[in-house]
Amino acid sequence: MSVVIEQPRSPRNRKQANFEKYGWMYMRASGVVLVILIFGHLFTNLFLGEGIKAIDFAFVGGKWSDPFWQVWDLLMLWLALIHGTNGMRTIVNDYTSREGLRKALVIALWAICAALIVLGTLVVFTFDPCPAGSPANLLPSFCPAS
Amino acid sequence: MPSMPAGTLYRGKVGMWSWVLHRITGVAIFFFLLVHVLDTALVRLSPEAYNAVIGTYKTPIIGLAELGLVAAILYHALNGVRVILIDFWRKGVKYQNVMWWVVVIISAVLFLGFAPRHLSHVFGW
Ligand code: HEM
Ligand code: HEM
Repeated sequence: MSVVIEQPRSPRNRKQANFEKYGWMYMRASGVVLVILIFGHLFTNLFLGEGIKAIDFAFVGGKWSDPFWQVWDLLMLWLALIHGTNGMRTIVNDYTSREGLRKALVIALWAICAALIVLGTLVVFTFDPCPAGSPANLLPSFCPAS
Repeated sequence: MPSMPAGTLYRGKVGMWSWVLHRITGVAIFFFLLVHVLDTALVRLSPEAYNAVIGTYKTPIIGLAELGLVAAILYHALNGVRVILIDFWRKGVKYQNVMWWVVVIISAVLFLGFAPRHLSHVFGW
């Protein structure tokens, strides 16, 4: 495929330039917030208490019955997935030379991103910490069954 | 005799290696996150399914991989802050080299604070 180099004086494509600029700013703005969100996530889930040993269904039930952690996780989900996908897009742009392949990969990236955002958001909003018929010893202590 | 240009902000030395590492860690975290959203989604299936899969996070091999994940996050996050400072802080470019070493040192300190505790959880020490 041949690369088209525009005439130096042709007006630049405003839409494209703005998209790249907003992408650049988004990487930095989301990065600052993600430091706090992810460090906080790892601190509560891996460092405090029994760390990784303590994580099970009841642990998640305890956290997600608190709106504070619901909002925390939702923000982290959206910001990290869009940040990561946009970063992967940059990398795909850098290393692919065939335009068709580049387009296909970028579309695949955003499709995966969208699917996981929808899934993760639904999971937080529809989560039931006390599902009926489950063994009581697997549920958080506040469930009527346990 | 033409000589190789010395390293610039972008080529050779700290400027390049900091970027290569930033890129590799970013990709690694991205793939982890894809899997992680899926494993977390199992809470909607059943407590048994979620506990079975999250149980693998507690095995020695995955437990060690988590050390790698945390190291990658620490570096990517702190070096990301460095990149932001280079872009927005007046003196950022001047101090980019020192800042990289600061990133490495803070990452190492946080990692050393975390690793023994995590290993003791994973191996039941
Ligand atoms: C080994 C390290 C990790 C463990 C053990 C872990 C554990 C968990 C657990 C137990 C949950 C359920 C809710 C909660 O506790 O808040 C969760 C959710 C989540 N984690 Fe992690 N996490 C780890 C690393 C990460 C990293 C590095 C990221 C970001 C890149 C991340 C992003 C998320 C997100 C976005 C959710 C919400 C998912 C959803 O909405 O469905 N986690 N994690
Ligand atoms: C913890 C806080 C984070 C900070 C402060 C941060 C910061 C940054 C910054 C500033 C960039 C742009 C670099 C540039 O334009 O040269 C970037 C790129 C990137 N980030 Fe992050 N990030 C964070 C978390 C994440 C997470 C959770 C992921 C994965 C889901 C991720 C994946 C990427 C990728 C793939 C790139 C592209 C790398 C490249 O173009 O070489 N980052 N990050």
